[in-house]
Amino acid sequence: MKKDNYLDLDFKEITTPFEVDRREFIKLIGGGLLVMFTVGDTLGYIQQEQRRRGELPTDFNAFLRIDESGKVTCFTGKIEMGQGIITSLAQMIADELDVSFNSVQMIMGDTDLCPWDMGTFGSMSTRFFGPPLRAAAAEARNVLIEMASEQLKIPAEKLSVDNGVVFEKSNKKNKVTYAELTKGEKIERHLKDKPKLKDPSSFKIMNKSFLRVDAVEKVTGKAKYSGDIQLPGMLYAKVLRPPSHGAKMIDADLSEAKKMDGVIVINDSDLVAVLHEYPDVAEKALQKIKAKFSPSDSKLNNENIYSHLLDVAGEGKVIAHEGDIKEGEKISSAIVEETYYDNYVAHSAIEPHTAVAKIEGNKVTVWASTQNPFTAKEEVAKVLGISSDNVRIITPYVGGGFGGKTTNLQALDAARLAKLTGKPVMVAYTREEEFFYDAFHPAAIVKIRSGLDDSKKISFWDYNVYFAGERGAAHFYDIPNSSTKSYGSSRTVNGHPFATGPWRAPGNNTNTFARESQIDIMASKAGIDPFKFRMKHLKDQKFIEVLKKTGDKFGWKASSKSPSGRGFGIACGSDAGSTVAMIVEVDVDRKTGNVKVKKVVCAQNMGLAINPEGATIQMEGCIMMGLGYALTEEVKFNNGEILNKNYDSYELPKFSWLPKIETIILDKKNEAPQGGGEPAIITIGAAIANAIYDKIGIRLYKMPMTPERIREAMKKS
Amino acid sequence: MTELIEFKLNNKTVKLNVDGDRMLLWVLRTNFGLTGTKYGCGEGFCGACTVLINDKAARSCSISVRSVKGKEVTTIEGLMKKGKLHPLQKAFAENDALQCGYCTPGMIMNAYGLLKSKPKATYEEIINEMENNFCRCGAHKRIVHAIQTESVEAK
Repeated sequence: MKKDNYLDLDFKEITTPFEVDRREFIKLIGGGLLVMFTVGDTLGYIQQEQRRRGELPTDFNAFLRIDESGKVTCFTGKIEMGQGIITSLAQMIADELDVSFNSVQMIMGDTDLCPWDMGTFGSMSTRFFGPPLRAAAAEARNVLIEMASEQLKIPAEKLSVDNGVVFEKSNKKNKVTYAELTKGEKIERHLKDKPKLKDPSSFKIMNKSFLRVDAVEKVTGKAKYSGDIQLPGMLYAKVLRPPSHGAKMIDADLSEAKKMDGVIVINDSDLVAVLHEYPDVAEKALQKIKAKFSPSDSKLNNENIYSHLLDVAGEGKVIAHEGDIKEGEKISSAIVEETYYDNYVAHSAIEPHTAVAKIEGNKVTVWASTQNPFTAKEEVAKVLGISSDNVRIITPYVGGGFGGKTTNLQALDAARLAKLTGKPVMVAYTREEEFFYDAFHPAAIVKIRSGLDDSKKISFWDYNVYFAGERGAAHFYDIPNSSTKSYGSSRTVNGHPFATGPWRAPGNNTNTFARESQIDIMASKAGIDPFKFRMKHLKDQKFIEVLKKTGDKFGWKASSKSPSGRGFGIACGSDAGSTVAMIVEVDVDRKTGNVKVKKVVCAQNMGLAINPEGATIQMEGCIMMGLGYALTEEVKFNNGEILNKNYDSYELPKFSWLPKIETIILDKKNEAPQGGGEPAIITIGAAIANAIYDKIGIRLYKMPMTPERIREAMKKS
Repeated sequence: MTELIEFKLNNKTVKLNVDGDRMLLWVLRTNFGLTGTKYGCGEGFCGACTVLINDKAARSCSISVRSVKGKEVTTIEGLMKKGKLHPLQKAFAENDALQCGYCTPGMIMNAYGLLKSKPKATYEEIINEMENNFCRCGAHKRIVHAIQTESVEAK
């Protein structure tokens, strides 16, 4: 299968590699053993950027240090937002280096301490960052053994390591600790060759379940998020926002706000803000501003958006092609042609976008809730008109991202206001601002035309996706004639009426919903049980295996009837290198249209799972979060205005929705690790749509599958 | 505008001169530096700001500081005793009942309020009481399990 190319798909231009001079950097870090490495697999993209800019390849973009007390620290531009890499990356290091898990510390997302990193998204940390990280740890272990060999005067091959102690295999009394070896030393290694990694059979820490290392901080309220940074003299800012996208300010009466005690009012071209030592007082001051805005030019709303998107989509891009559609049509005895729709969905992390900016001399420091601190660094430098050398982004814990925290507008507001007021400033979005400025999961359309031949096999598959993107668009079934094309993106001119962007498994939720719904319709048309029909069309063993495991766990029994009335729905999919299959059971209230998902069984092949417990939690999270886009979440808008201002008009999954969740992670420890934070979310839409059909014989073509839409569909049938 | 307000905060009597209309959430965070209590929606929908007032879970974003006069307020910072995690905190940590952790203080305080009134809360009671605390990461299964371990221990 073609490698996902989501960088091009969804993320903005990334510039500037790590700039601090290496010698200066190492001076800053102190003594011990340093192993620097470059993240090879993302390198293609970085090098492409650098070639374009005429620069030399990046020296290194992550490193590991074993300091003079034996403590191991990994410095990486990756960030922790709940996905758990603060734990799983440390597991990799500890295992390869043969030190205790607790002796590894992660320094993440600080642009002054950590080398350049593209950002944390696309389920790439474990897949692409993991292997070189392991190699760096293995290299460090080799260096330390060499040093021990010299010191102990014992050949290296006679030595072994346990818990940070190098010892002679035949006489354990001959030993030296990592701390003793690195004391007073300053050794610098650049990982070049690939050192031998541990065989999975000798893993002590990897592929074992570990509890989150940040759990205690998080259950005690001590964990610091950007909004918890409190600096002396800091002001909280509230910025005047337009009522709709595209609205322009005509004028603003600031007189009442100016009268308020302790309130500072800023009016700097497009930026009007009020600041106070308390955020709630600043909010009060904001309410006192009487501003006039021109209306937005946008005439788009939830009804007319789809015809608009189809109008502006432009030329399609071929994603996959096989055989000849026309030939397939000739041998078809039945043809199914359907259109599927998906809506705008908010990321809605419970932590809103937040940033604190402080300026001292010419140095700007910004604490930001961001998934891409190095992008934020460039953006802050640009908005202030300064060199990015003078900008430091620190990323405290991020309270959920899901792709939404790849936009950093709040950091730019904070930086500008810090400059204008001369004081540290916090900008923390309200929930309303969060809904307004979110770069939503895009509304999208998928048109599929497919046929069945006389042997009840799919004869052709003509797939056209508009605005969801190509991730997950190409099918994986055995179909002789097929075409997959993608039209439109977040960059299409005059496309969406507001920003859209990557949302957990970008595009794949829409694509999987459409494809797997269509497959079910074809199965029903063929008069074949949907499980059997899929098996009949699968050729890739990975899919066959996950589907079989899911079916076994669920206790799937083929039914000759379609719908069977049981409320069972299946979907398969692939994302970030992982393969998933899901079967759900639903109940539908025919009167209200309410859907209750009673049970979800999901199997995932993700290669080596570094932390099986962490991976399981990610799957459970995907399933719960996925229920939202499938059943209720829909951004309502009209003429540029976002009508959802808070959670009373936007329903997130709740405790009462909790189905019985059963997850299976296939034991594939000898295979390369794949993504785990996103795959299990892609299948839930189609699995539910198929289950609703199986329960009440009603097919839903549009997400979310709200009670209203279900009632409407029942009326029409 | 300002008035003297006295209440018990995490078992200590506190007094402050404050505009009594200000919401408790902001007073806790800015005047007392207790940043464990989070802002999530500002209108009492999401539960990230949950604290205990006289042993009952309450949304601090929608309660004025004046209304806690003479009452006992407990925040997430008041849960640890003698440097030891409260059993509920321990249950959350040990059951991996969190991901990004931002909603966690509110979750724990809401569950704490529930177990104060119903130490042997059933599964249904837990679901019902936690319903309006939102977790975007989807840690619901583990959160329920963490609370259940505590309610089972009470049995």
